[in-house]
Amino acid sequence: MPDAITLSGVSYRFGDHQAVRDVDLRVGAGECFGLLGPNGAGKTTIIRLLNTLLPLQGGDIHVFGLDVRRQAMAVRRLLGYVPQQLSIEGALTGRENVAWFARLFDVPRRERRGRVEEVLQMVDLADDADRLAAGYSGGMVRRLELAQALVNRPALLVLDEPTVGLDPRARDSVWARVQDMQEQYGMTVLLTTHYMEEADELCDRIALMHHGTVRAAGTPQELEDGLGAGSSLEDVFRHYTGDSLTDPKGGLRDVRASRRTARRLG
Amino acid sequence: MSAPAAAPPAAWADLTPSRAALRLASRIATFCLVELQRLRHDRSELVTRAIQPILWLVVFGQTFSRIHAIPTGTVPYLDYLAPGVIAQSAMFVAIFYGIQIIWERDAGVLTKLLVTPTPRVALVAGKAFAAGVRAVAQAIVVLVVAALLGVGLTWNPLRLLAVVGVVVLGAAFFTCLSVIIAGLVLKRDRLMGIGQAVTMPLFFASNALYPVSIMPTWLRAISRVNPLSYEVSALRALLLGLPTNLWLDFGVLIGSVIAGICAAAALLGRLAR
Repeated sequence: MPDAITLSGVSYRFGDHQAVRDVDLRVGAGECFGLLGPNGAGKTTIIRLLNTLLPLQGGDIHVFGLDVRRQAMAVRRLLGYVPQQLSIEGALTGRENVAWFARLFDVPRRERRGRVEEVLQMVDLADDADRLAAGYSGGMVRRLELAQALVNRPALLVLDEPTVGLDPRARDSVWARVQDMQEQYGMTVLLTTHYMEEADELCDRIALMHHGTVRAAGTPQELEDGLGAGSSLEDVFRHYTGDSLTDPKGGLRDVRASRRTARRLG
Repeated sequence: MSAPAAAPPAAWADLTPSRAALRLASRIATFCLVELQRLRHDRSELVTRAIQPILWLVVFGQTFSRIHAIPTGTVPYLDYLAPGVIAQSAMFVAIFYGIQIIWERDAGVLTKLLVTPTPRVALVAGKAFAAGVRAVAQAIVVLVVAALLGVGLTWNPLRLLAVVGVVVLGAAFFTCLSVIIAGLVLKRDRLMGIGQAVTMPLFFASNALYPVSIMPTWLRAISRVNPLSYEVSALRALLLGLPTNLWLDFGVLIGSVIAGICAAAALLGRLAR
């Protein structure tokens, strides 16, 4: 079976700003892989390149052996994607939101109703499925987004800071479901997060990014051991990225998106 | 859920032309269904959006009918105006879709839609025809008000079906125009300003309010390349039986929609970045 994701020499530039610089990465099938780094490190750009939202400028990306540049539509069929922002349609019910994506992923009509019900139950929203999504709490919205992302049974689930702005209980609830699904279905998960303890607990392997490059990669244990006995992942993060854990410097767009999401969550 | 899909449906490139057309129709139907669901959950918008066309008919139409300022032959001015107001309300419904797509971009919805296996052309076509659904709901309100005001409309079901087609095509074109502007200006506030600056001249440079024959020559030239004029002509022919070349009207509208969809799809990537 090919690797879930391979990036070879990937670079991307927004005007004068080099967002990603010559990145090589490999994510094995079935892995939970974390991309960590401060705002503006290039994590979201990598995600947007591999999910075909941005055109590749340099290098190659393959998803399960499919070339992102030439087989974009086939790549999209393998993906489930939860972006940074809270991106549900508030004027529809939870069930309608999920059914919409089931149709867009061509889930066969005879399976559609069952599939929608299944993912709604999986994220514990079956009882609220017929309420307008505009009335959902932040944690419920994220779970609904997970349901939307899972309705096509993706081989690769991409989560771009899915817990930003959520309270600790809602965060735990989202990650618990991601872990359940990964264990149950063996899908590959690529996630970005600012929370080191989450990455430590969830990810099989991690890549630390800073200024568009990968500074270190390995299992959380390998990275911590590499820094010395008693080191935490947060120490590793600070070591490779400077003291930038709380530094909002970087992509203004990222910061705005995070603030917007936090505002919408109240 | 058993396991990740082993054999996902074929990619668009692998489809035969007829199956690709079916899938395109399925995407358009999906967006239309979502629009109907939105309408079902919030019917108040239908009422608030109906105020402006009703004002055009009740205030402007009735007043100008009395002063006989606009030569419309044997057709009462209110009757002459009603199809123009239908086309105008469809245009105003459609022009909000550019704002909506920027909102969807800011909220991350557009990003998620662009990551589904839906070509950008199908995405724009879906949005355009979904606007058509909303415009038809709006047109029904205007038709009812016009009938209550005594406008002599046809009730022939085939003609009314054709009216639906014209309204959908008109709304689809103006939705594409709005998405094109959104793709160029990228910001909501700029779009609102430019949207007004484009729609009002298109409205006044059409035959919606007055016949082309009384326009100055330069305005006639603009009216001749304005799809809104062809939409209004077709509506007048179908609803009132006034003479027009329906083949030409439909041809221009269909051509404009196809060109609009292609141009808007080409600019959608700018919004995604």
